[in-house]
Amino acid sequence: MSAPDEPLWEVFVRSRRGLSHVHAGSLHAPDAEMALRNARDLYTRRQEGVSLWVVPSSAITASSPEEKDAFFDPAADKVYRHPTFYEVPEGVKHL
Amino acid sequence: MTAQPGLARYVLALADDALISSQRLGWWISRAPQLEEDVALANIGLDQLGQARQLLAHAGRLEGLGRDEDQLAYFRDERDFRNVCLVERVQDDFGVAMARLLCVSTWQHALYGALAGSTDADLAAIAAKAVKEVAYHLDHARNWVLRLGDGTEFSHARMQAALDAEWPWIEELFDDSWLEPEVLEQGAVVRPSSLREPVLARVLEVLRQATVAPPESPPAVSRGRHGLHTEQLGYLLAEMQHLARSHPGATW
Repeated sequence: MSAPDEPLWEVFVRSRRGLSHVHAGSLHAPDAEMALRNARDLYTRRQEGVSLWVVPSSAITASSPEEKDAFFDPAADKVYRHPTFYEVPEGVKHL
Repeated sequence: MTAQPGLARYVLALADDALISSQRLGWWISRAPQLEEDVALANIGLDQLGQARQLLAHAGRLEGLGRDEDQLAYFRDERDFRNVCLVERVQDDFGVAMARLLCVSTWQHALYGALAGSTDADLAAIAAKAVKEVAYHLDHARNWVLRLGDGTEFSHARMQAALDAEWPWIEELFDDSWLEPEVLEQGAVVRPSSLREPVLARVLEVLRQATVAPPESPPAVSRGRHGLHTEQLGYLLAEMQHLARSHPGATW
C-alpha cells in the first residue's frame, strides 16, 4: 500500500562534520517533520550521518536532458578552467 | 552471582513487555500505510527486541536456574509470561498501534529513565541505553497521534476509537500488587505506581494537542503481571515460538 497523496521529498545526508550534505534518495511523507523522521529511519540506520536535510521534490528545478548540449558541452574544451597548473600539496584532503 | 528471584521476576516482566510488544510491531512489516512506515515500525520493534534480549539474559542470571534468553523467550508457556495485557492484544489497526505505542513508549521512557539510577548495575546500564531508543519511539508515536487526531474528521474518529480501545488497559502498567514488598523496598526497582502521575500527565498532554480525549470507561481487568492473559497471547506465542520448539537448538 502507498499513500499517493503524500508529497515526495529529497533527502540529503551529511556523513560527518566538514563534509557537505549529499543526496541520498527520496521518500514520501505528509509533511516536513515526518519526512525528516522517515529519512532518519530509511537513510541513517547504519550510522551514515550526523545531519539530515529534506527538501520537497517540487522545490527542485532541474536541468532538462534536451538542454544537455547547451548546458554542458561548451565546458568540454576549456582546459584553462581546470586548476591543473598547480602543485597539490601532499596530505590535503577534500580539495 | 547470588540468585535474586524477586528481582529476577521484576526484570522478566519488563523483558516480556518489550518482547511481546516487539512481536506485535513485527506484524506491521509489509502492512504499514506506506513503505517508510514499514521501516520505521521495524526499527522500533527491533529496538524493543534488543531491550528484551538484554533484559531476558539479565533475568536469567538473576534467577540462577541456568536459563538463557532463548530458553526464556521460546520455552516458557503463556502462564509464565509476565507482560501487561496492553501489549499482547492484536493491533491490526494503525491508530491502535500508534495509541498503544504512545502509551508504552511514554511509560518506558519514564521507567528506563528512573532505572538508569538502579542499584543493580546491569539493569542501570540496560536502561540507560534503552532510554535513548525509547525517546525516538515516543516521538514517532506522538507525531502520528497528533496528525491522526488533529487531521481529518475521519482520521480523528479513528484515532478516538483507537484510544477508547487502548485506554482501559494502561492501568496495569502502574500496578504494584505483583511485586513482593521486599523487592519494592530495594533500590534496584522502580515502584510501578510511582510512574502513574508523570506518565499519564505526559500522555494526556499529547492527547489534548491531538484533540482526542481518554474515555470515561473503568480500567479493564488486566492481570498479565500475574500470568493471567487474554486469549490473544496464546496465538502470538504459537507463532513466535514454533520454530524454536520444532527445531530446538537450531542455529542459522
